[in-house]
Amino acid sequence: MDLYELFRAGLNSAVGPTAIVYALAAIGLNIHFGYTGLLNFGQVGFMLVGAYGLGISVSIYGAPFWLGIVIGLLAALVLALLLGLPTLRLRADYLAICTIAAAEILRFVFRSRPATNFTGGPFGIPSQVGGSGFSGTWNALNPFPSGTYRFGPLAFTHTRLWVVIVGWALVLLMVLTTWALMRSPWGRVIRSIREDEDAARALGKNVFVYKMQSLVLGGMVGGLAGILLALNQASMAPDQFLPQITFFGYTVLILGGAATIWGPVLGSVLFWFLLASIERGLLDSGVMQSGAVGPVRLALVGGALVLLMVFRPQGILGDKREMMLDA
Amino acid sequence: MREPSPGAAALKDVAPVPGVPKPDPILVVDGVVRHFGGLTAVDVEHLELQRGVITSLIGPNGAGKTTFFNLMTGFDIADEGAGTFDGQELRKVPAHKVAGYGMVRTFQLTKALTRLTVLENMKLGAHGQRGERILSALWPPAWRSQEQAIEERAEELLVRFKLDHMRDELGGTLSGGQRKLLEMARALMVEPMMVMLDEPMAGVNPALTQSLLEHVKDLPHHGMSVLFVEHDMDVVMDISDWVVVMGQGRIIAEGPPAAVAKDPAVIDAYLGADHGDESRFTPTPWPPESRAPEARP
Repeated sequence: MDLYELFRAGLNSAVGPTAIVYALAAIGLNIHFGYTGLLNFGQVGFMLVGAYGLGISVSIYGAPFWLGIVIGLLAALVLALLLGLPTLRLRADYLAICTIAAAEILRFVFRSRPATNFTGGPFGIPSQVGGSGFSGTWNALNPFPSGTYRFGPLAFTHTRLWVVIVGWALVLLMVLTTWALMRSPWGRVIRSIREDEDAARALGKNVFVYKMQSLVLGGMVGGLAGILLALNQASMAPDQFLPQITFFGYTVLILGGAATIWGPVLGSVLFWFLLASIERGLLDSGVMQSGAVGPVRLALVGGALVLLMVFRPQGILGDKREMMLDA
Repeated sequence: MREPSPGAAALKDVAPVPGVPKPDPILVVDGVVRHFGGLTAVDVEHLELQRGVITSLIGPNGAGKTTFFNLMTGFDIADEGAGTFDGQELRKVPAHKVAGYGMVRTFQLTKALTRLTVLENMKLGAHGQRGERILSALWPPAWRSQEQAIEERAEELLVRFKLDHMRDELGGTLSGGQRKLLEMARALMVEPMMVMLDEPMAGVNPALTQSLLEHVKDLPHHGMSVLFVEHDMDVVMDISDWVVVMGQGRIIAEGPPAAVAKDPAVIDAYLGADHGDESRFTPTPWPPESRAPEARP
């Protein structure tokens, strides 16, 4: 077993599109859960409506690409409003139940037979639908000539490189936005709501509006993650948006450290590095057949997470001081 | 006895009768009723609270004091009736707006925001912050100068409440008594006209109680009115300009401390056989030397 190969596989995965998509999803969850204390268990639903907002408007209705992006983000906004209006005045658990159910309902509706004309049903929207499809303009915008690009141990095709560069730029932008917001008085109100919303209310803060703003903001970052996911694959299908994506998002967030600026990014990079290098290690060592590798790598990463929770419950970047207070 | 609040003189000629009108009321309550199932938790026909004085709200456990607090501050909605605060209608007004009107409450169970620093706790209290709007938040020049002014005010209050050495500690590291101080100081950051304190002395050691009391007594001198719930009769008698007594959801008596302590209705409420163990209350009339035999039923 070549250790360098493990490292290379891990690194390629850690900077790749999947890690970016999860970093974005986790940044959204960080705004929800880490800073505001909102339990959104349906982040994947925001990703789904983001992706399909782009796919349906561009591939089915022939809208321009940029309008499709806007529609994808607006779809996430509308979903946040729909979920937030009835639940944000209630206790935190109601939002959790509603979001997880809504995400599954969306997936089943989008893959249902009656919706086939709009969503492509279970097969989703491949890139060929509607001429060059929703990713046509995206690929045309790619400034890199076709070929393979190598940077040390990293290797990308030109399409992948384009996704990776735009993706990391978006991640940086979102990290910057989170940072700017959370250091501001707005962020102070948001964090006070996480601590005790009655206290915030007693001090004259309209808690409902702040929670809604947080839900919309984090949901739209989730929508962006979905859009990037679709663009990376040049296709979308309902069954890519399974509930476990949300839980991987939480894993990533807690691994890196909730309520920290870089936590979701570090968490995602590390999570996908571990997953890919363990997979490569298991495959290369020949201890098991390739079919068994998928579940086993998850089990190993799960074990690592359990150890992390025992020895560093605040995550890698979290503040131990804060953890001690949760009595 | 203590020096009375600046506004207390106006209460001299007010008769100690439940629902009596006051010369300059800040909070007026009319026909407020709140049921929980078959239980009538609060049923206040009429109550006026004088501006610029300390009014104590006392009564046995379950008398409806905290429910009354919640109704007044928008944390609960009355089934019937409403109040006005400084001329503003309180019917179905949400809690954050009530705070905006200038009526700020604290809680019986202290709500120090544990993972915010003491200074952040304080700064949160300031009202009308430009940086609390999401779009301006992204543009610091829009709120930096205001933030600086708020910070200065917070520092001054922290010095007054002797918490300035803790300014950068997380709220959760404070002791129970310090949290009470922080909560009161934070409420003052709102620059309220009226402060509603729900058992500010509960679970605080005697030394700190004294310091907390001094702060409460100080509030009318800063132009604030105070309504506070307290069980310790010694404290109540020492601090109040006016005392309101609740029993089973109703106002059963009100008046100056000395008059209330002698009121047979009050003594009944505290000693009444159907209240079970109310040993936290000291039903002794005030002052103690006037312990009259007719006080015993």
